[in-house]
Amino acid sequence: MANRLWRCVTNSQMKENMSKSDLGALSLSRRGVLAGGAATAAMTSAPAAIAQAAASSPMTPAEPAPMMPVSFEVNGQREDLTLDTRTTLLDALREHLHMTGTKKGCDHGQCGACTVMVNGVRINSCLSLAVQHQGDKVTTIEGLGTPDKLHPMQAAFIKHDGYQCGYCTPGQICSAVAVLDEIKRGVPSHVQADVSARPQATNMELRERMSGNICRCGAYSNIAEAMGEVAGVRA
Amino acid sequence: MKAFTYERAKDARGAAQAAARPGAKFLAGGTNLLDLMKIEVETPTHLIDVQDLGFDKIEKTAEGGLRIGALVTNTDLAADERVRRDYSVLTRAIVAGASGQLRNKASTAGNLLQRTRCPYFYDTNMACNKRKPGSGCAAIGGYSRQLGLIGVSDKCIATFPGDMAVAMRVLDAYVETIDPAGQRRAIPMADFHRLWGDHPEQDTVLKSGELITAVTLPKPIGGKHFYEKVRDRASYAYALVSVAAVIQPDGTGRVAFGGVAPRPWRVEAAEALLPQGAAAVTARAFQGATPTKDNAFKLPLATRALASVIAQSKA
Repeated sequence: MANRLWRCVTNSQMKENMSKSDLGALSLSRRGVLAGGAATAAMTSAPAAIAQAAASSPMTPAEPAPMMPVSFEVNGQREDLTLDTRTTLLDALREHLHMTGTKKGCDHGQCGACTVMVNGVRINSCLSLAVQHQGDKVTTIEGLGTPDKLHPMQAAFIKHDGYQCGYCTPGQICSAVAVLDEIKRGVPSHVQADVSARPQATNMELRERMSGNICRCGAYSNIAEAMGEVAGVRA
Repeated sequence: MKAFTYERAKDARGAAQAAARPGAKFLAGGTNLLDLMKIEVETPTHLIDVQDLGFDKIEKTAEGGLRIGALVTNTDLAADERVRRDYSVLTRAIVAGASGQLRNKASTAGNLLQRTRCPYFYDTNMACNKRKPGSGCAAIGGYSRQLGLIGVSDKCIATFPGDMAVAMRVLDAYVETIDPAGQRRAIPMADFHRLWGDHPEQDTVLKSGELITAVTLPKPIGGKHFYEKVRDRASYAYALVSVAAVIQPDGTGRVAFGGVAPRPWRVEAAEALLPQGAAAVTARAFQGATPTKDNAFKLPLATRALASVIAQSKA
C-alpha cells in the first residue's frame, strides 16, 4: 500500500507534504501517510541529490530569470501573479496559488492528472505556460464542488468507487465533466461509426474520450459507470 | 527548462521578424514545444506567442475549398460541420490522434510542426543527428520498432509522427506562410516535410522566421473517406502504420501512409494501382524501402491496413 502511494508522489507534492507534515507524529490521514513516506524517501536520497546539483550546475544563475505579470480567473476569483516565464499553469496553481487539488503526475501531458478547464475546455495544465493564460477563466477541481455541496460528477465517483489512491481523481473528474459537455456540443470521436452524426454518451464513447487520463489503480470501469450515471444513460 | 523571454505578437509580419532572430521560436498551443523544453531538447531563449493573431477561423475559399487558420485547434477542426461532411478523412485522422485535452490545445500549424517521437531524439544522453547535428544516430542499429523504413537516410531513420498531415496530404492541401519580409507563399503538403538526407535537423522547408498562417483544402473530391490507424493500444498512441484514403465508387482513389517515413507517404503511381488491390499498391509505394529487423513488420501491416480500407469501401 505505502509503496503504491509513494509511486504517485511527485517532487512538488513531496515538498508540499514535507513542509506541512509533523515528522514526529504519525497521522492516520492519507495525506499524513503520504508525507511520512515521502519524507523518509527524501532523507535517504538527499545526499545524492545535493552532490548531483553541485556537480552539474552553479548554485546561482548568471542572470535572473525573466519574470512577467499575468492575471487570470481561477474558479471565479481574479488572480494577479508575477512569475518566472517558465512557470506552467499547473505550477502557478499549485506552487503560487497553493491550490493543490490539481495534481502533477508525469508533467508531460501523458497522464491527465493535471487536467483543468480553461474557458470551459479541458487541457493539460502542465503543457501550458501561465503567461499564455492572460485573461482566461480557469476551473479546477476546487471550483466544481465542495465537501458539503458536491458536483454531481464528484458524487457519482464516490457512489461508483471511481478511484482507489485518489491521485488521478481531480484530473479524472475535471476531464469527465468536460467530456460530457463535449458530447453535448457534438465534438466527434474516434469510435463513432459516422463522424458526421451526433455522438452519444455510450460506454465506448466515454472510454475513448477519457483515454488521456491514466489511473494506475485501474478504476477505469467504475469511472465510466460514474460518468454514465451523470450523463443519464446506462454505462 | 532554460530561461526565456516571452512576447505576445501583435501582427504576423512582426512575429515573423521576431522569430528570425537567433534563439527565437513561435509558441502556439505549446503541447509539443513545452514538452521538449522541459527535457531541454528544445532550448529557445525567446518565445513569440502567436495566439492573438486571429488565425483561428475556418473560411470558405473562392475555389470552393476551406482555409483553416493556423491556430484553429485540432478539436475545432475535427468538429467543423463542413470538414465532417466533405473531408471526413481529416476529422477521422485528427480524432485518431493524441487525447481530448491535447486536441483542445494543439493547433493546426503546431500539429504540422511537431517533432519526431524517436526515443533517441528524446534522450539527451544518446547520439542524435536531428537533435545535435553530426553526433550520429543511435537509432540505427538500436531499437527501431517505431521508426521509419522509407524516405529515411543513413543519418536518421525517424518518422513524422502525426496523423492530421497524412489526411491533408491525401486532400492535396497547401500550407500558407508569411516571411519576415512580408512575402507570402503556398507550399504543397507534398513538399512541406523534408526527407532527412544529410540534414535531419531540418524537419520542413520553412525558412528562418517563416510563419504558417493557414492550411487550405481544395474543393471536396467526394468518395468514401477512411483513416485506418494501427497502434499498440486502442487510443492515445502513435501510429505503427496508418492509412489515409479517399476511395471513389469505381475503385480508384488516393492513399497516403503515416508512421513509416519523414513525411506523410503518398506515391501517386502506387495509388493508381488501387483497383488491383492492396498488395499492388504497397509493393509500389514501398519500393526501395530499407526496413530494420525491428520494423520490417510494418510492410505487411501497411498492406493489411490498406486491404481493410478497400474492403470497407466495397461494403
